[in-house]
Amino acid sequence: MSYLVEIWLAASLVALAAGAVGYVVVLRRAAFAAHALPMAAFPGAAASSLFGFSLPAGLAGFALGGAALLTLVQRSARRDSATGLLLAGFLALGALCLSLSGHYAGSVYGLLFGQVFALGPEDLPVLGLSGLCLPILLWLGLRPLVLSAMAPDLMRVQGGQPRLAELAFLALLALAAGFAVPVTGALLVFSLMLGPGATASRFCKRLETGLLFAMVIALGLVWVALGLTYMTNWPVGFFTGTGSALIYLLARLKTV
Amino acid sequence: MTMTRYMSVPFPDVLAFFQSGPVQVALVLSGAAAIICGTLGLFTVLRGQAFAGHALADVSSSGGAGGLLLGVSPLLGFLLSGAAGVGVLELLQSRRVAARDEAAGIMLSAGLGVTALLLHFCLTGHGANGAAQAVMFGEMFSAPPGTALWACGLAGLCLLTLVVIARPLLLASLDREMALVSGVPVRLLEVVFLLLMALGVTLAAMTVGAILATSLLIAPAAAALRLARGALMAALLAVALGLAACWGGVGLAYASYGWTPGRTWPASFFIVALLLLFYTLAALGRRT
Amino acid sequence: MNAALEVSGLSVTQGGREVLRQIGFELPRGVFCGLIGANGAGKTTLLRAILGLLPSQGAIRVGGRIGYVPQKLQLEPDMPVRARDFVALGLDGHRFGLALPSRSRTQDVDAALHAAEAEGFANQRVGQLSGGQQQRVLIAYALVRSPDLLLLDEPLANLDIKAASEIVALLKRLCATRKVSVLLSAHDINLLPAMDRILYLADGKALCGTVQDVVRTEVLSRLYGYHIDVIRVHGRILVVAGGNGREHDHDPVHVSAIP
Ligand SMILES: Nc1ncnc2c1ncn2[C@@H]1O[C@H](COP(=O)(O)OP(=O)(O)O)[C@@H](O)[C@H]1O
Ligand SMILES: [Mg+2]
Repeated sequence: MSYLVEIWLAASLVALAAGAVGYVVVLRRAAFAAHALPMAAFPGAAASSLFGFSLPAGLAGFALGGAALLTLVQRSARRDSATGLLLAGFLALGALCLSLSGHYAGSVYGLLFGQVFALGPEDLPVLGLSGLCLPILLWLGLRPLVLSAMAPDLMRVQGGQPRLAELAFLALLALAAGFAVPVTGALLVFSLMLGPGATASRFCKRLETGLLFAMVIALGLVWVALGLTYMTNWPVGFFTGTGSALIYLLARLKTV
Repeated sequence: MTMTRYMSVPFPDVLAFFQSGPVQVALVLSGAAAIICGTLGLFTVLRGQAFAGHALADVSSSGGAGGLLLGVSPLLGFLLSGAAGVGVLELLQSRRVAARDEAAGIMLSAGLGVTALLLHFCLTGHGANGAAQAVMFGEMFSAPPGTALWACGLAGLCLLTLVVIARPLLLASLDREMALVSGVPVRLLEVVFLLLMALGVTLAAMTVGAILATSLLIAPAAAALRLARGALMAALLAVALGLAACWGGVGLAYASYGWTPGRTWPASFFIVALLLLFYTLAALGRRT
Repeated sequence: MNAALEVSGLSVTQGGREVLRQIGFELPRGVFCGLIGANGAGKTTLLRAILGLLPSQGAIRVGGRIGYVPQKLQLEPDMPVRARDFVALGLDGHRFGLALPSRSRTQDVDAALHAAEAEGFANQRVGQLSGGQQQRVLIAYALVRSPDLLLLDEPLANLDIKAASEIVALLKRLCATRKVSVLLSAHDINLLPAMDRILYLADGKALCGTVQDVVRTEVLSRLYGYHIDVIRVHGRILVVAGGNGREHDHDPVHVSAIP
């Protein structure tokens, strides 16, 4: 397989997971959490280079830990403040790890804004697993995930557990975010989620079609961004970030 | 004899600390940021605008990177892009909280995308290896001395404006409709507050870096709101906590110079760690 | 068990205060019962305790399934959920896994929409419906699992008089045809005479009785701490609020006539 095809495949798999998760993020109004969780993966990547364990383990481990901490603060009165502080804490921890590992200046850019061309064939199995499994899991859990955010009391009355749904959602979000960090960088994972998710929720009448549509938009966004990156040699993050905002603005023109 | 030897070790250290030019700049810069963020933070937390504050800080990073690229003062860059961010937020503005978060998130995506591009130019064209680190995680020890003066001036201006609008803003934060009915120009106040917030996070971005700036805005205020009873008391406490974290962080960063030879401990790490410590202690203290 | 709901010795504490103290009452099947009380009297608290959403002391026995229409539910217009899909969530929205489209599932949803008279807008987004339409969809949601007891928390609060009386008429029909017991909280004294029974809350205590027992000048005045006249003329009941007990002192501020 040629090098470029590998990168294209890896980025597409990331887009599938991010688009699907992003749709549920928009339905659950969890934009800030979706921005914070990739930051939890950032010190994971930094620590893996400092202590020498495998990168996917560091990303997934720290992201899931972040999801657990975030679940704890979800019930507090000012959860947006708590989310913002958790986010800053993770970033500062990552900065320390990078600093101590001696690759500070060199790695900051890549981890924050992505280094898609540093991907290799060894990353494909993990990305493939997350890119295919996460959308399926989200599809299976779509209705409880939406109902628990829309009307937690109604769900409790029916015998469901909104807290469990919350935890499941954050865990799925953490995994999608963690594995996307090497491709888009911790800061721009979010752009792949929010733009497609918000657009799909405006245009689709049904939950299931919205999920598919968001994945399609994310896929298209990544393909266009990769193509433009190939032509201009500018960073992918620039194209996904601004492209996501552009898509959203176009969708805003359609009033709901 | 033993006495003088005992005392002669720490003294030169402390003196050198306060006599070092970069440290003085760092102390003034972070002090101004702490004072202004502590007071602004109270409203940010009360109004549930932590995400907007964070988005403004993130977006200001594009200006910081642009400043580096063009060789103008990063403070100017941070400020201009922060103001642009306020404009975008205002355009996308929406009554519904959910849509507000969405708009902030979208602005943040676009802003960070631009930062990625500008930093890429810095890294490839200028060979400025530490550009990303400086903009995102702050580098106040290498800020030019003139910046400190500017920071003080801006902080003073900001504080003055805040004092003038504090009361109607508090009313509008508690109940928007009621404020509208009683003739408060709510829309104008909201824009002014967003501008102040952009200014505050700009100073914080100079101190701890763009992506950590929210911590300085939120942590002291959130901790103070848990501990203090009145509004004035909360403001004073928030400022005190912010100052303690910033100056403590600067001191620790200076002291850490010899801990791990060849590897530095970033000042922003210490500041954020102290802020989180204060916040956690306040949260625990209140509950028991 | 004969009754749809039996409550005895129920006490609930909220925020360190005992909001309900030793409450007891019984609700037979197929009865339309109004739960009334001033703001903060504990109507929501009582309903949530019956649902098991709040910790409580005492005995609550429910003879069958409960359907619930909550007081506040923010349904946003950009939620990609049609009214029909929303009602289907009431059937199995709490379970993980695929919802295979089955005939019985569609039938249940259609029946609930029909019973709540919400078929006309079943394919529109639930967040874009009007207040009265949303209320019908919420009732359909509560009905979809064929409950024996329907709890509604101030479902009429934001509706105009026409929409409110239509919803009340709908609920009355449900009581008669489906043998559902309805417990509806309200603070609008307009609607009292439409109900079979009244359960009223004040000072943490509950009093249960027929409309004849409760819709009386002394009782209503005591309940609201404000003078209220109940006048019966030609078999109709008039509830007049305002004034302070002295005749012709003020114009009535609130008059309602119920056949
Ligand atoms: N979560 C809560 N914490 C503390 N007190 C509460 C809470 N919820 C309700 N209360 C108190 O319980 C009382 C009853 O409230 P509620 O049942 O909502 O009244 P109603 O629905 O009749 O207007 C009120 O005095 C209210 O202040
Ligand atoms: Mg209530």
